[in-house]
Amino acid sequence: MLRLLQIEFIKLWNNRSSKILITAYFALLLCIALIATIKFDIGQVHFQVAEQGIFNFPYIWHFNTYIAAWLKLFLAIIIVSMTANEYSNKTIKQNLIDGLSKWEFIYSKFLTVLSFAAISTVFVFAVSMILGLIYSDYNEISIIFSDLEYLLAYFIKLVGFFSFCLFLGMLIKRSAFALGFLVLWQAIEGILYGLIQWQSDGKTASAIASFFPLNAMSNLIKEPLTRLNAARTVASQIGETITKDYGVHWYEIAIVLVWTTLFIYWSYALLKKRDL
Amino acid sequence: METILSIHNLTKKFGYLTAVRDLSFTIEKGNVYGILGPNGSGKSTTLGIVLNVVNKTSGDFDWFEGKVSTHNALKKVGAIIERPNFYPYLSAEKNLELVCKIKGVPHEKILEKLEVVGLADRKDSKFRTYSLGMKQRLAIASALLNDPEILILDEPTNGLDPQGIHQIRQLIKQIAADGTTILLASHLLDEVEKVCSHVVVLRKGEKLYSGRVDEMIASHGFFELKCSEQQRAVALLQNNNAFREIKEENDLITAFLNEPMEAETFNRFMFDNGFVLSHLVKRKESLEEQFLTLTGS
Repeated sequence: MLRLLQIEFIKLWNNRSSKILITAYFALLLCIALIATIKFDIGQVHFQVAEQGIFNFPYIWHFNTYIAAWLKLFLAIIIVSMTANEYSNKTIKQNLIDGLSKWEFIYSKFLTVLSFAAISTVFVFAVSMILGLIYSDYNEISIIFSDLEYLLAYFIKLVGFFSFCLFLGMLIKRSAFALGFLVLWQAIEGILYGLIQWQSDGKTASAIASFFPLNAMSNLIKEPLTRLNAARTVASQIGETITKDYGVHWYEIAIVLVWTTLFIYWSYALLKKRDL
Repeated sequence: METILSIHNLTKKFGYLTAVRDLSFTIEKGNVYGILGPNGSGKSTTLGIVLNVVNKTSGDFDWFEGKVSTHNALKKVGAIIERPNFYPYLSAEKNLELVCKIKGVPHEKILEKLEVVGLADRKDSKFRTYSLGMKQRLAIASALLNDPEILILDEPTNGLDPQGIHQIRQLIKQIAADGTTILLASHLLDEVEKVCSHVVVLRKGEKLYSGRVDEMIASHGFFELKCSEQQRAVALLQNNNAFREIKEENDLITAFLNEPMEAETFNRFMFDNGFVLSHLVKRKESLEEQFLTLTGS
């Protein structure tokens, strides 16, 4: 396992564009901390984001994982290109000839996916912890360590998404087209959702759409903004009460894990079936 | 003798096209094999199958008498097929480091093999800055990293300039002289003739011949001669049962032997019949001539 990771590390870290993207990604993760410094002064109104309670434990776990998940696109580019480039450089062929088995090839890519997801999770955990300790109004140990399932959800979400990218890279063999397909797929899920909603109702549509891969991944961490007091105040002023389930559910995790398994299995099956 | 690779009734179909048909042969340790065949005769496909990158349709192949799985067997093999495939953004040394990791070979080999192919001073240059000849030599260094039991080369001189071709051939000869088993696929016959002891001849995916180079067609060779009174000499030779065919080309007569005969015997025979030869050579058919006879083109 270590050997496979070392192989991928040499391939990735010596590539200048991957190195820049990876560094940029982790730098941006750190920049979540900069949200704290956002201030508005509109006439009499003084507004500082950090004072709106977004960094309160345990809400911060939800908020930061949600925001950090947007940055996954950076790594998606790397994962798509690291797989697709193996095809365009024909190095996949040479790797197999040199004695890497087809499963080892896929497994080494999957290990990279797992490492990216794990490092990101640790990063988000550390950044959130520090921000929380500085800005949170509640600092009891039991509160700090509650709602940690958001970190698990974040990890699973990244693994699922990156596995999808890995599969697209293997399937399409060209990084630009694979990324294009990713965007297209997002649109397809939206259109399908719209069609189902049109034919039945919103509830059925959401239920069915929760099985779509990208939708399932985004369902893992729901948007946290309407959970803020500020948002609730606004809502109650216009006579709405927001009742929404913000939790992470085991079946949502299960759906993403099933997709992850399928993507990795399909990548392997593709490689096995193809003549290179 | 130790068998390195045996292929039994291997068949590969691409849709309705049969690239390899019912092919069987074995590779024994210590020999230098050539796979001969025109373009599209299934050479690369056959190598692709045994190298785990092309799926067979039917048949079987065994590495090292079937004692190890294919991908583990490949760790003991050095192979280059078609063009050298490396990571363009990595230096030669880093590229070889990757191969070492895949094959499970210590890194110390890298410099040693780069020196063998004469690339040691360019080890830190990125692969994409290499000329084709250098890329091909790097590929050979990479294939030699694990001191392979067998070296498989597919068209190693394709696209190289004369100097590059010469360098690669020297390398192959040097490696063969060290006793490494080599399997060389090529459509360049003189290339194979210069280094190979055994050949497998393919045409349209079928095996026409496999065995020693010099036994490819049953032949005792032929004489090339020149003399005055050409017509009379031809008539004399045609009436002699030792020759199966006499050819004339300008003032050169070629007499194909039916039975073994030494040049000395032949010279005396001609002299006794009143001919003084101005030119006499005894030759065997070149691989090219044998190959063309065999493939019937």
